[in-house]
Amino acid sequence: MYAFDFERPSTLAEAEKALAGEDAQALGGGQTLIPTLKQRLAMPEKLVSLGAIQEIKGVCKGDDGALCVGGGTTHATVAREAAADYPALAALAAHIGDPAVRNRGTIGGSIANNDPAACYPAAVLASGATVVTNKRKIAADDYFKGMFETALDEGEIITEVRFPVPEKASYQKFEQPASRFALVGVFVAKYADGVRVGVTGASEGGVFRWTEAEAALSADFSTGAVEGMARPADGMMSDLHGSAAYRAHLVGVMTRRAVAAAS
Amino acid sequence: MPKDHEGIGAGTKRREDVRFLTGAGNYTDDINVHGQAHVHFLRSDVAHGRLKKVDTAAAEGMPGVIRVFTGADFEGVGGLPCGWCVTDRHGQPMQEPAHPVLAQGKVRHVGDPIAAVVAETAEQARDAAEAIEVEIEDLPAVIDMKAALEEGATKVHDDLTSNLCYDWGFVEENREAVDKAIKEAAHVTTLELKNQRLVANPMEPRVAVGDFNRGTGEHTLYTTSQNPHVIRLLMGAFVLGIPEHKLRVVAPDVGGGFGSKIFHYAEEAFCTFAAKAVNRPVKWTSSRSEAFISDAQGRDHVTKIELALDKDNNFTAIRTETYANMGAYLSTFAPSVPTWLHGTLMAGNYKTPNIYVNVKAVFTNTVPVDAYRGAGRPEATYQLERVIDKAARELGVDPIALRRQNFVTEFPYATPVAVEYDTGDYHGTMDVLEKMADLSGFEARRKESEARGKLRGLGLNCYIEACGIAPSQLVGQLGARAGLYESATVRVNATGGIVVMTGSHSHGQGHETTFPQVIADMIGIDADMIEIEHGDTANTPMGMGTYGSRSIAVGGSAMVRAAEKVINKAKKIAAHLMEASEADVELKDGQFSVAGTDKSVAWGDVTLAAYVPHNYPLDEIEPGLEETAFYDPSNFTYPAGAYACEVEVDPETGKVEIKRFAAADDFGNIINPMIVDGQVHGGIGQGIGQALLENCVYDESGQILSASFMDYAMPRADDVPFYDVDHSSQTPCTHNPLGVKGCGEAGAIGSPPAVVNAVIDALHSGGHKVDHIDMPVSPARVWAAMNA
Amino acid sequence: MPQVSMTVNGKPASGDVEGRTLLSSFLRDTLGLTGTHVGCDTSQCGACVVHVDGEAVKACTMFALEAEGAEVATIEGQAAPDGTLNAIQAAFQEHHGLQCGFCTPGMVMSAAALLKDNPKPSEAEIRDYLEGNLCRCTGYHNIVKAIMAASGQDVGAIAAE
Repeated sequence: MYAFDFERPSTLAEAEKALAGEDAQALGGGQTLIPTLKQRLAMPEKLVSLGAIQEIKGVCKGDDGALCVGGGTTHATVAREAAADYPALAALAAHIGDPAVRNRGTIGGSIANNDPAACYPAAVLASGATVVTNKRKIAADDYFKGMFETALDEGEIITEVRFPVPEKASYQKFEQPASRFALVGVFVAKYADGVRVGVTGASEGGVFRWTEAEAALSADFSTGAVEGMARPADGMMSDLHGSAAYRAHLVGVMTRRAVAAAS
Repeated sequence: MPKDHEGIGAGTKRREDVRFLTGAGNYTDDINVHGQAHVHFLRSDVAHGRLKKVDTAAAEGMPGVIRVFTGADFEGVGGLPCGWCVTDRHGQPMQEPAHPVLAQGKVRHVGDPIAAVVAETAEQARDAAEAIEVEIEDLPAVIDMKAALEEGATKVHDDLTSNLCYDWGFVEENREAVDKAIKEAAHVTTLELKNQRLVANPMEPRVAVGDFNRGTGEHTLYTTSQNPHVIRLLMGAFVLGIPEHKLRVVAPDVGGGFGSKIFHYAEEAFCTFAAKAVNRPVKWTSSRSEAFISDAQGRDHVTKIELALDKDNNFTAIRTETYANMGAYLSTFAPSVPTWLHGTLMAGNYKTPNIYVNVKAVFTNTVPVDAYRGAGRPEATYQLERVIDKAARELGVDPIALRRQNFVTEFPYATPVAVEYDTGDYHGTMDVLEKMADLSGFEARRKESEARGKLRGLGLNCYIEACGIAPSQLVGQLGARAGLYESATVRVNATGGIVVMTGSHSHGQGHETTFPQVIADMIGIDADMIEIEHGDTANTPMGMGTYGSRSIAVGGSAMVRAAEKVINKAKKIAAHLMEASEADVELKDGQFSVAGTDKSVAWGDVTLAAYVPHNYPLDEIEPGLEETAFYDPSNFTYPAGAYACEVEVDPETGKVEIKRFAAADDFGNIINPMIVDGQVHGGIGQGIGQALLENCVYDESGQILSASFMDYAMPRADDVPFYDVDHSSQTPCTHNPLGVKGCGEAGAIGSPPAVVNAVIDALHSGGHKVDHIDMPVSPARVWAAMNA
Repeated sequence: MPQVSMTVNGKPASGDVEGRTLLSSFLRDTLGLTGTHVGCDTSQCGACVVHVDGEAVKACTMFALEAEGAEVATIEGQAAPDGTLNAIQAAFQEHHGLQCGFCTPGMVMSAAALLKDNPKPSEAEIRDYLEGNLCRCTGYHNIVKAIMAASGQDVGAIAAE
């Protein structure tokens, strides 16, 4: 790692101030950022740990019925505390990385990084969630801008993610055998006004909504509605773990399994 | 007498576990020598290129930098030697390129070290390494083996005639007879396959600490090695010119090896050299990322095998052609792996009269390839057992029956590939397997899987391996530049306790527990009176180390020989003490007695007399009780086994799940069944890893695409099931004193074909006529094969 | 240079660190607690697992300064002061759940975290929980068996399926 200054503010206000400087970077749980720093692929002047800011941690229920997850909440906490209100989200969190990673990694860190194979972006997009920062509220559809790209500005901190709770939902992940990230992960969420399908791991453009499947499932929420339906291989990622055609195929398989498992 | 739970055959709990379980192990990275500096290696990020400039001026001025080394500093210093010279089909020695410690003139693989920065801290060394200005003129990367051998291909080594290391034929005299037998066969089954490149990945990355004592002129190297004496000899004699008495090599607790820590590496030589040059201890700790581009890798064979059968399905001939990747340089024992550790095993468990093996070893711009768990034998077993399975399917016969029909049944058996199996019972071992794996219940299990929408398959495999490497005179004839004996000193202390100093090395095998079990039995004392020392050239006799499942068969035998010498001398002393004839003295349960009398004297009284020789036959023998033996085996040992694997394939995703795995092995006599089980489990785990998950992949420019655990799929706990293992089938080795054969590699050899055969069987049960899928049989590959 | 203070295995510990100093480095290099091992640089092998405030974390993927004021438990603090192995350690020895020993500290610390939350885990739960702990020696068989045994389950006749 290159050398950097380190700050660990205990309030959001202090964190904003600390991040105001040149080349300062926020540190969530560090489960992706620290390995990146080890490879010397990032060179921040200053790292600002968000780990001591209590006001952005925790899971609660909003007045509108949405599940509100603080940006600094670990995956392990979501797995525990969202289980009653949003079991599909809790199950997703319970299978990110491994137990030790889940004890450090945070939702804010995950969606700020927007790894194209990360799990959370699929849930955020499929839930039509709202990403709340220290500056504004961003609708999920406006937030993800492609692989590792988001609508966040420099120094902007995710304080909360608000998930409208669906009637039924499920996340089905087919794991890349080495990293155990999603080779393809599909989050299906059924709301009163329609179904949303978020797909991660598959596309060169990062997480996306499979609108054809959404339309079919909104009309008929059954595996039959998406039977035989497949994404074209164009634009799918291709690497040593799976071709574009294989990923496109898995999008269909995982979508059907998510529909079947939705509860 | 030894307690019931600690002699030969007892599942004694491991004494070394206590330190490992409490964080008190002493691994090389735990060693910090006062005043040490740290080195960071600047490695090539291109696979092939000419070094135009390496300017270290800026780096030398960086904070904490002590000195920057380049290839120029190693001119006149020897290169890394190769320990085995293979002679080709035409009687010519292999092509053997130079292997400098730091690159000179060219870089030949991603990871090839260009320069080394020694600094106060590891981070400062890395900071400075980034400031070295390197200009490289890119050259075309030679990656594909067959392309590498084409006329006009870019040469990895300019001074060699081509990229061909050797073209080996074995046995060359068999060639015509094999061709004829194949021409005349009733049926010939042909299979082309790859045995993919693997990365050994012991959990402990390599570490080296060099130290130099200015006062005495002595060098010390602490290193993660399976064989410290071999490193001392190779580095001392061939690289740095340091005589053995001025060079101590210590391999303390070592966190796994699997072959990758046999070899002498540039970093070891560098740290030893630099410690003297900068007059500071110099430490290098590999990161995992660095390990992927600097540890010797394994396997990487491309093979065509043909199996000929007569009209009664008897095997009549086997012909194979293999391209074996050497990588950019010859690692220490690389040339031996595709030849003497591979071709000699091509008979398998079968009495095939005609066998010819051709191997072309090829230089490419990739990380060097050398022995990895099994080393050559997994490659031989895999192709043979895959082609037999394919033949059974083509002929419509039961794969077990086809194997049984062709088993070697009479021993000793001289194969057409130059080795003689001393003993075995392949039918007996298969009987054990059929029972333990409940093969008769398979069809019911298949139906149950099908009811859940899964395809179930059963895969069988038999293997033979040659272990206990090996008779020195024989391996010398075959090109080894080392002897392959083992040594032990048995030092008995005055109060009767014993220290055994062995040339074997434990990096997980449990020598500290099993070796005392043997001595405890021989003398009849508690095993806790016996300590094992290993891994330090300063206090152990010259040994060849641990690999090739040789520790108990060769190292254990050396220890037995030394202990026998000790006991013989002790009997002389006891005879004197009891005023009896030496010929009448017996040793049992730690007591010397005289046959037919009530005279006896305890072990401890005799050992005390040896060191306090007041009443002692000084005119006949010297005081003291310490003996050394060197044991050179007369043959390899030949463990064999039969494995069965059941898988389920998810037809929608292609994902394979191992449902059952049974292994019946014949290891001859067993010292500690608990440890033997563990060795087999571990080998199977690695074999399943190879079969389903692991793959070291280079792109056409020579970049490694699987250069971390993010892309190189290591088997995890949920990738594997519990394994059923059994070693009740025992035909003791006929030529070593313990009747042991070795068990370390069996699982890794026996499991990959069983898994792949099971997957192919599952696909056929679902109507997919798939002949073969190369390993790793990943979901993507299975799906592609099903949808081809 | 910043200073960090924490409690390690029940004893106060502090030292000067850089911002980039990892908890694993602080434990190994500053405190000499070399039982915490580093086997990779991508946060996957788990040889470095320790407990921070009672939760399993990878000490190589956490800065020392993030453990300011925390209670840290490492492999060195698991046995009783007289050296008696705890139930998990004893089960690993009894069932040969280790060979080279390098992954072992992380395995033991992960197993401890698992059994704290789930005192009688099934085989599948154990295998799932160990997703972040790689072992290259044992094929996991005896590790899983040892953890089942440590939780008081009968492991006399374990087999596949």
